[in-house]
Amino acid sequence: MRLTDHEKAMLDGQHGAARARAMDLLVRYGEALGAERLVETNNVAGAFNASTPSIRHIAEQGFDKVFSELNLDSDETVEIPRMAVPTCQLITGIDNDNWEVQGVDAGLAELQKQSERYLGQRGVNLMATCTPYQVGNVPVKGEHCAWMESSAVIYCNSVLGARTNVEGKESTGAAALTGRIPYWGYHLPENRFGSHLIELDIEVDDMMDWGLLGYFIGYAVEENIPVLKGASHQPTLIKLKHFGAAAASSGGVEMYHIPGVTPEADTLEAAFGPRSAVETIRYGAKERRETYEKIQSATDRKVDFIMLGCPHNSIEQMELIAHLLEGRKIHPDVQLWVHTPRAIRQVADRSGYCDIISAAGGVVMSDTCPAISRRLPPGVRVIATDSAKQAHYLPAIAKVQGWFGSVTDCVEAAVAGEWRGGVQ
Amino acid sequence: MTTNLAATEETFVIKGRKVVGGRSEGEALVTTDTISGWGGINERDGSIIERLHELHGQSFADKVLIFPGAKGSSGWSAFFHMTRLNGVAPKAMIFNRMTTKIALGAVVTRVPAMTECDTDPIETIRTGDWVVVDADAGIITVTRRSES
Repeated sequence: MRLTDHEKAMLDGQHGAARARAMDLLVRYGEALGAERLVETNNVAGAFNASTPSIRHIAEQGFDKVFSELNLDSDETVEIPRMAVPTCQLITGIDNDNWEVQGVDAGLAELQKQSERYLGQRGVNLMATCTPYQVGNVPVKGEHCAWMESSAVIYCNSVLGARTNVEGKESTGAAALTGRIPYWGYHLPENRFGSHLIELDIEVDDMMDWGLLGYFIGYAVEENIPVLKGASHQPTLIKLKHFGAAAASSGGVEMYHIPGVTPEADTLEAAFGPRSAVETIRYGAKERRETYEKIQSATDRKVDFIMLGCPHNSIEQMELIAHLLEGRKIHPDVQLWVHTPRAIRQVADRSGYCDIISAAGGVVMSDTCPAISRRLPPGVRVIATDSAKQAHYLPAIAKVQGWFGSVTDCVEAAVAGEWRGGVQ
Repeated sequence: MTTNLAATEETFVIKGRKVVGGRSEGEALVTTDTISGWGGINERDGSIIERLHELHGQSFADKVLIFPGAKGSSGWSAFFHMTRLNGVAPKAMIFNRMTTKIALGAVVTRVPAMTECDTDPIETIRTGDWVVVDADAGIITVTRRSES
């Protein structure tokens, strides 16, 4: 790989041991990819926090050890300086206020708080959400980013027109300390054109339908770039957030185009650029129904746990849930957790939504989710969620049965203690 | 390989590109399904946990893992990193589709890794074959026992 003089100086240790370890990893990673060079980035979103039991024994050796091992892949423990470029923490393992509800012990909750103080002292902005674009980190078109979190990456590339690959814990650590990331994949304009045409034969409008469409497309195109034709309704942030999260879960989709909606495709022709579609895939009533059946992993209709807010809810979703729950009580055998970024939670509190959800018996959580924390209420056997992503991952992670449906179906299940959802 | 079995063995060679250098050998575990890291594997025992995966319940610990590529969450590298720290990493990785997830994952797992093979390794190598991966030389040597 070609390195600039500044990059060589970092690699040689002229900017300290931590930046040398970071450059060493970026060179190994770039050569594995076959990248020719690095690119400058000023926007890093990664996972740095110490919040899981598996990190505890590493954290006992200090937070420099945690960052060195898990964020730089360095056997040597190096002293970690201030991040070189703006950097934020994505979703983490523990809700700093609701850790007891999660079943976290006091020691681990305190470890996370200490870790956050350490990271904050080094310039890591503790957004603690999978949706940094909902709470102020909104890259502009063309901006080179180094982001983790597959649902955020697909949003960043497709909806915002900024440029990032799916980075990992180690590459975001190295990028934060150097302001560099391999110039490969979605950083190159020629790799951002569509490859597969998805023809929509049915209307796709509500959030559940965007989730189903995304889940279908992920299996159909795997890591390729789908282009949607025939979208009859203008999607919103909420719908594209769910669509992308689903496509990134069932496949490895990191970018898509919706001509007339997403910024790099004014037209169908612009979406494909010099390429032509290698395959045309139709999505109609049959595919929708099959996808709905495929995503369900439950047979038992008696539900224990309702999970809403994956990816983390927007303020409009918080309002809708409060509206659906107002004056009602959830079933005594059911627990309901609603997840939203801490910054949005403050607005939801002020608007009275959290009080309504609490009065109904639900818990508003921030900072984490059950799939990331691997923590559910004790004894849960059957869950229901409005998220295709959570329905995909949580049954595998927590060995539970999962129902997927609309937010209304989920709230009704919380009240009745029974799943009655379905599709027409 | 013992000499008295030589008559019942066949050996062939596949060439490819080094992703991570080094030499390692082990029994092949082949899948036609892409693999998720976070949410797809148990990093404590190296087993595949994805509900609909064809290797569901099987462990890649100490195997040469041959697969189309990585999918899913950006936790891919961190989970394979943890399999190394937990001593349940694969011996080597051979895959078809290069992505950032798998490149970083192979780098931090620190096992020999190869891609861009001259024949599709998923079609030519079978689970149970003995595979020697010399990533620095770009050569994969596969030995198949005829009874298998």
